[in-house]
Amino acid sequence: MIYVKAFLVGGVICGLSQILIDRTRLTPARILSAYVVLGVALTGLGLWEPVVRFAGCGATVPLMGFGYTMAKGVSEAVMQQGLLGALTGGLTASAGGIAAAVFFSLLAAVIFSPGDRS
Amino acid sequence: MKLDRKEYLALSQKASPPSPSLKNVPAAFFTGGAICALGQFFKGIFLGWGMEDKAAGTAVSVTLIFLGVLLTGLRLFERAAKWAGAGTLVPITGFANSVAAPALEFKTEGFVLGVCVKMFSIAGPVLTFGISASVLYGLLLYLFGGAA
Repeated sequence: MIYVKAFLVGGVICGLSQILIDRTRLTPARILSAYVVLGVALTGLGLWEPVVRFAGCGATVPLMGFGYTMAKGVSEAVMQQGLLGALTGGLTASAGGIAAAVFFSLLAAVIFSPGDRS
Repeated sequence: MKLDRKEYLALSQKASPPSPSLKNVPAAFFTGGAICALGQFFKGIFLGWGMEDKAAGTAVSVTLIFLGVLLTGLRLFERAAKWAGAGTLVPITGFANSVAAPALEFKTEGFVLGVCVKMFSIAGPVLTFGISASVLYGLLLYLFGGAA
């Protein structure tokens, strides 16, 4: 059942994003940035946690999930370390994904050749 | 030929083909949904291995990022993205692609100034805004107590 929910919620988020892209011609950098910030904001307002509980990866795999991870990390870190946690929490929680993207991309750049785009 | 902004917009709108939104939206829905369901499938496997929930979530991100980078390297991602649009862009695979694609494309401009600099051309703003938003949220939590 959770697979169906993840599929539906993730699909709706992507479908709505497609409408947004078609209507506004926002560049990917803007959309991705906006979604991460939106994820932080919605989590902060307590609105994203219920979606995650309902849809699992349907809510965490889209980029709002990245913001969700950061916001949760920050709130835990602030509770444990106080002010310093505001600086460390977000990156600590999302470190796995960021390091993976950077390192795998570096490997890919070494292994694959760019070639011409046709 | 001199054009002001309005004339240019009118011309470019006339020249660019109408976006087939009716086909794009279901394509994005099914692809995005499928990627999220795939993530859920991986999460089930990781939880089955005895990982705790948070670690399993990170492992799902890492796995999907790996697949996104691999497909970018094999130049399959671009083809899929042309069809699926937001369906591949909005899930974390899109973030992976946004790092891997420029890293690969600018290989010819050298390793440091090409690969290492350009890999952040899209991820840079994403990380800057994401980190800043999380720091702001942390400050608010610190100042006004644990609202979350």
